[in-house]
Amino acid sequence: MINRLTDSLEFQSQALVLRAERQRLLASNIANADTPGYVARDMDFASALRAATGTSGVGGAAGAAVTAALRQALPAGSGFGASAETHLRYAAPSQTNLDGNSVDMDRERASFADNSVKYEATLRFINGSVRSMLDAMKSPQQG
Amino acid sequence: MSMFKIFDVSGSAVSAQSQRLNVVASNLANADTVAGPNGQAYKARQVVFQTELMGAVGAAGVRVAAVGEDNTPGRRVHDPKHPGADAEGYVTYSNVNTVEEMVNMISASRSYQNNLEVMNAAKSLLLKTLQMGQS
Repeated sequence: MINRLTDSLEFQSQALVLRAERQRLLASNIANADTPGYVARDMDFASALRAATGTSGVGGAAGAAVTAALRQALPAGSGFGASAETHLRYAAPSQTNLDGNSVDMDRERASFADNSVKYEATLRFINGSVRSMLDAMKSPQQG
Repeated sequence: MSMFKIFDVSGSAVSAQSQRLNVVASNLANADTVAGPNGQAYKARQVVFQTELMGAVGAAGVRVAAVGEDNTPGRRVHDPKHPGADAEGYVTYSNVNTVEEMVNMISASRSYQNNLEVMNAAKSLLLKTLQMGQS
């Protein structure tokens, strides 16, 4: 019974963890904007979420819209090992750079703002379902 | 909490950029230094950035790997009346390129601001995460 209550929270919490991970990734890219030879990385959020939740139903619907543009920017990929790490992609440089750095500050800042908003949205979804769960537990006298 | 790593990553970048600003400041301060009795004028210094992995995957900070010296010869000006002039009447100035240093300064301060904003965003997100389920 308690499973059914927390099932809806499970998906959102996985999404929240992945959002936090992507935020960290983007922060690393911004931190290394001036490092010679650094190659920017980003996450294929849709497939990372699908792998984390193990479903293509809810996860696919929510994740597909997120990274339509992201996929375009990140053609070739290479994985590292386990879980979310395999969904990391190297960003294709938008302009050639003599020092081999492929961080595009405009793109990184835009992704960072985008990811912050979506992180907060996920937080609100969680808060909303917690509130409705608590409301359902209340007795009618409590109002 | 993987988000806490953002403070490490951006913090390392902020301190690396501030070291770069420091080096730019000392270069600019010595832009008009002339050679001393040993015949050696001040040499411009440049920082070398390097990626530093911070444990978790995707957390890549920055550190200053080295502070290198610019070995191009300094500017030589013929001025026999100058107290720093050598036997041939030439004064050797430092090899600091002021324009390059100004560009370097602007770039460093922009990067510094960028990383500070990243930290502020991460902080507000974490504070909202702390209030999860309360509102």
